Amino acid sequence: MTVNRGIVAQIAVLAALAVIPLVVHNDYYLHLLILALMWVVIGSAWNLLAGYTGQVSFGDAAFFGTGAYTAGLLVIHWGWSAWWGLFFGGIMAVVIAFPFGWICFRLRGAYFALATLALNEVLRHVATIWESFTQGMVGIMIMQSYISKLPYYYIALALAALSIIIIRLVMRSRLGYYFLSIREDQDAAESLGVNTHFYKMLSLVIAAWLTGVAGALYMNYMGFIDPHVVFSLHDISIMAILVGIVGGVGTTYGPAVGAFIMVLVQEMFRTAGFGYIKAAAKFTDVQFLISASEQLTKGHALGFGILVVLVIRYMPNGVVGDWGKLMIALRLQKTGRAK
Amino acid sequence: MLKVDGVDVFYGDMQVLWEVSLTVGDAEIVALLGSNGAGKSTTIKTVSGLLKPQAGQIEFDGVRLDQIPANRIIHNGIAHVPEGRRLFTEMTVEENLIMGSLRPEAKRARTETMGWVYDLFPRLRERRKQPAGTLSGGEQQMAAIGRGLMAKPKLLLLDEPSLGLSPLLAMEIFRIVKVINDAGVAVLLVEQNVKRSLAICHRAYVLENGRMTLSGTGAELSANEKVKEAYLGI
Repeated sequence: MTVNRGIVAQIAVLAALAVIPLVVHNDYYLHLLILALMWVVIGSAWNLLAGYTGQVSFGDAAFFGTGAYTAGLLVIHWGWSAWWGLFFGGIMAVVIAFPFGWICFRLRGAYFALATLALNEVLRHVATIWESFTQGMVGIMIMQSYISKLPYYYIALALAALSIIIIRLVMRSRLGYYFLSIREDQDAAESLGVNTHFYKMLSLVIAAWLTGVAGALYMNYMGFIDPHVVFSLHDISIMAILVGIVGGVGTTYGPAVGAFIMVLVQEMFRTAGFGYIKAAAKFTDVQFLISASEQLTKGHALGFGILVVLVIRYMPNGVVGDWGKLMIALRLQKTGRAK
Repeated sequence: MLKVDGVDVFYGDMQVLWEVSLTVGDAEIVALLGSNGAGKSTTIKTVSGLLKPQAGQIEFDGVRLDQIPANRIIHNGIAHVPEGRRLFTEMTVEENLIMGSLRPEAKRARTETMGWVYDLFPRLRERRKQPAGTLSGGEQQMAAIGRGLMAKPKLLLLDEPSLGLSPLLAMEIFRIVKVINDAGVAVLLVEQNVKRSLAICHRAYVLENGRMTLSGTGAELSANEKVKEAYLGI
């Protein structure tokens, strides 16, 4: 019964997401939704590696950027369509991930996380310095295939659904047990006969592939990339961690929920309350509102920091992981007010 | 069956075992005794492949264990029940047991073995759907031993199974070790509880500062003046 209800709920959410662009004709909101769906893919991938397998990555941008650059380079060097990037971008991310994991999975915990951070930085510098191949800081600009946002929206939706399906299939299979056992206790898993190096590699390869595909989609959709955008530590790697933590580490739907929350929060800061504060400031001409809207835009990183502190303090398992706790807290507040 | 021969083990640059040798025969209980930091756990970790010796060799039924990776050791019929249980705390008891039976021979017999484990530890049957992290210390130790048994091992490596348990529970664990051994499983037992260990084991070794200093049958060591003074406190 619960299983059926779960499936019904999933289909309902998917159907609602599929219908939204037919109802909402506002390009701005569609843009945010496309970004959110892209983050569902990246967040789910991060969650598979960090949340389920316990190998925290600080360098998802390495795979994201690789996917994006693969798509862009296919266009400028070989004249292929950037859409091939969806195929080759994922593969190239795996090509980067494989030797990296092979060597660096000897490291554990924080040391592995630092290695991923280093990979991120190395690739960003390579993309910056190797001007003859990557065009360096100039970046890569391509013609987008569609003016309408609809095709991108549906491709992003399909990828988001695919990533969640993959995570679910993986975690329900034998692999899921192996990944969890590595997260819980790597030595115990190893002595029970789990080839921990192999399964960590497998988890990394799946995560890198998904992240690379998301990067290729980004190239196609935005039409412009440069090293500081797609290999960005704070906008990609840290954002991936935030999506996972805010949504719920080690939960199937956590990263999906986290993606929507984080894209909204990010946009809220970038535009200072979606431009409403600015509008209000203009309208009322109150000096405080004007400076508030300016400060809010500047305080983008600070706001992220505060959000993370609050989430870790009050909902360490994320919105999805602590959903029950959240509901109880809300209910208590309501009854408290009624009295 | 198990032959550890002249093994030297290092943590980084620091040597912790010097030419340690021991044997475990078919269906034997062998106790490995010694004070804190003597190298007991190190010895057991070396047998199960988590540490690799720099010198010497480890042989089990004619297979060189020191030359294969840790995750292949269990395929030769050796199960390691680590110190401090090291269960997968967010998995249920049953999932933990399933994780113990990954090798093909064990997988085929999974249901039977699980039945046997549940008969040995009826508490685990009651709690099989509970996350292992919510069990009491004694129950967790039972689950850890159960997980080891799920591999249908010929040799069970038990590292400090009575650690942190009440005297009553500790006695129960020692009783179970005997039952497991009666079912034909050899046991290499690392323990601080020297008295009980000597009572149930066939043979025992004493490790001091990384070197083997004494060995003999349980009765011999119980009568040994040095053991009496240093470990039994008589």
